[in-house]
Amino acid sequence: MTSILDTPSETGRFGDYGGIFVPEILVPAVEELLAAYREAQRDPAFQAELDQLLHTYVGRPTPLTFANRLTDELCGPRIYLKREDLCHTGAHKINNTIGQILLARRMGKTRIIAETGAGQHGVATATVCAKFGLECIVYMGAEDIERQNLNVLRMRLLGAEVRPATSGSQTLKDATNEAIRDWVTNVEDTFYIIGSVVGPHPYPMLVRDFHRVIGRETREQLQKAEGRGPDALVACVGGGSNAMGLFYPFLGDEGVAMYGVEAAGEGLDGRHAATLTLGSPGILHGAMSYLLQDEDGQIELAHSVSAGLDYPGVGPEHAFLKDVGRVTYVSATDDEALEGVKLLSRTEGIIPALETAHAIAYLPKLAKTMTPDQIVVLNCSGRGDKDMGTISRYI
Amino acid sequence: MESRITTRIRQTVAAGYKAMGIFITSGFPNPDVTLEILNAIDAGGADFIELGMPFSDPLAEGLPIQQSSERALAAGASMKTTMEAALRFRAGSDTPLLLMGYLNPVIRFGVSNFFQTAASCGVDGVILPDLPPSERPLVAGAAESAGVDVIQLIAPNTSDERIRLVDDVSSGFVYAVSITGLTGTGHGQSGAVNQYLRKARTLVTHNPLLVGFGISSHEDAMRLSEHTDGFIVGSAVIRKVDALYGDSSLTSAERAAALSRFVRDLKQGSSQA
Repeated sequence: MTSILDTPSETGRFGDYGGIFVPEILVPAVEELLAAYREAQRDPAFQAELDQLLHTYVGRPTPLTFANRLTDELCGPRIYLKREDLCHTGAHKINNTIGQILLARRMGKTRIIAETGAGQHGVATATVCAKFGLECIVYMGAEDIERQNLNVLRMRLLGAEVRPATSGSQTLKDATNEAIRDWVTNVEDTFYIIGSVVGPHPYPMLVRDFHRVIGRETREQLQKAEGRGPDALVACVGGGSNAMGLFYPFLGDEGVAMYGVEAAGEGLDGRHAATLTLGSPGILHGAMSYLLQDEDGQIELAHSVSAGLDYPGVGPEHAFLKDVGRVTYVSATDDEALEGVKLLSRTEGIIPALETAHAIAYLPKLAKTMTPDQIVVLNCSGRGDKDMGTISRYI
Repeated sequence: MESRITTRIRQTVAAGYKAMGIFITSGFPNPDVTLEILNAIDAGGADFIELGMPFSDPLAEGLPIQQSSERALAAGASMKTTMEAALRFRAGSDTPLLLMGYLNPVIRFGVSNFFQTAASCGVDGVILPDLPPSERPLVAGAAESAGVDVIQLIAPNTSDERIRLVDDVSSGFVYAVSITGLTGTGHGQSGAVNQYLRKARTLVTHNPLLVGFGISSHEDAMRLSEHTDGFIVGSAVIRKVDALYGDSSLTSAERAAALSRFVRDLKQGSSQA
């Protein structure tokens, strides 16, 4: 059994999960990416430039906010919010796109492609492409283009071309298929900026690594504020990048409980996106992980009110952490998430993204199991402005 | 022992021809006609047939094969109907039969169960485009004990070293993808393709070498297979089947005859039809 701290293996495995399940055409591309990443890790100039951009462009470190009124209302542990919603572009996604575009430039790639669900990763990619002057094409499900129109306008304003994915469910899964097809066709000059801890090795590793700044800052900030570490961490999980970013630096701290909150959609007995809760192992988009699939191995459509969680797969490291029992995966329904939006808005003056709201929705349940001397950190992964259209239909 | 696929390709080449593989999606346009389509392709002179296992998310496929998969699944195709079609085809023909498709349905079926069932249905080999050589251990043991070939692919951007590696591990033949792109797309610089295939010819020494992707006519086939032992046609066959089965004025016999003629023309050229 692989140690949870020593992942992935040389072959990109997190236990049985992960790997490189891609067409031969893409093998040189992922090998080249891995080599470039290893080289960049050894290059102090790369890390220095990344740190500089995270500080002066993204706005890091992001604050750790004590949620005093939410704490009072829930009568449980002291609640802190890691404010990734205050990152430039409004979500954690840009931590990763900044890192990947530095790799793309290092590798001499001139054309950037990305997939997006809610549009947050698409915006974060379009943003760094504008900043670095690179061509940007974002694939987005036709249905998501409808429900996240504001983000489509932002991407276009930033100079990106938004291409609708019209196959299948016309959501994130299909946008990812189209992005991979583009990559297969244009592999020589194109860099694929994947938006979550999914895809073939080394993506789950490098996306995690670019986001672990979230957990590192949290540790330092909480130490300063409380003189100690957290008792529990909570984050929403679609592909799982914000959760991996918060969890990873704490995986070795045995006293820290971790909760990943998936989207239960209409409910676990209806249409949902609770891949770890109800899925089974399989291979999609280049890696072995948990999937929503039918008896014949066909991928099933996910459903969530949140476009960013509407994905039938999940990062392979989450699959591994579930199996070894290090992280507890739970779920919140569409209705619970909307209550979560209201709860955080009302008590803390922070309108969270619908994705983040799933994590908030789990807090009242978790609070009941904890005591006032304990500390929980919730990753406030994104802000809710982009979701006002959807939210207004429900409240 | 040489497999039925390798033997058939070698025999065809020895007789002075290029070996021809024909791809068709199982269950397209519906599972009831898969057997008659397989038989028509066989009658047209295919040296082997690739039966596509439909998948909801076929990553390396262009539109014709994507859409054929979608329609097959909507019409009720499943691993079970694919295996049944293989078994019934095998009862009437010795032509080598391969299954081609993505890994997830294979894993869901159970890797060992999949290869045992495929072998018992008369399947000679499989092509799994999302299984590069490094992940081959996932299926190698099960495939070997069932006596089923696992064909590996190379592409224009595959290094010399990896082409040798692919040749070392592949069984049945080595599948040379003619373009960096999807199935069903055309060719750009034919000079570069020619150079790549000529190089591959010198590096692939254990297995027959066949070329596929973007071949839609006898002329394409002859040009691209100059340096290979044969060629594979897929999307063009899908388009033909789509047209034939979309024409309600045709009888089953007329469709079968037209499909056989189409396949024969791919191999021999229309002048000899």
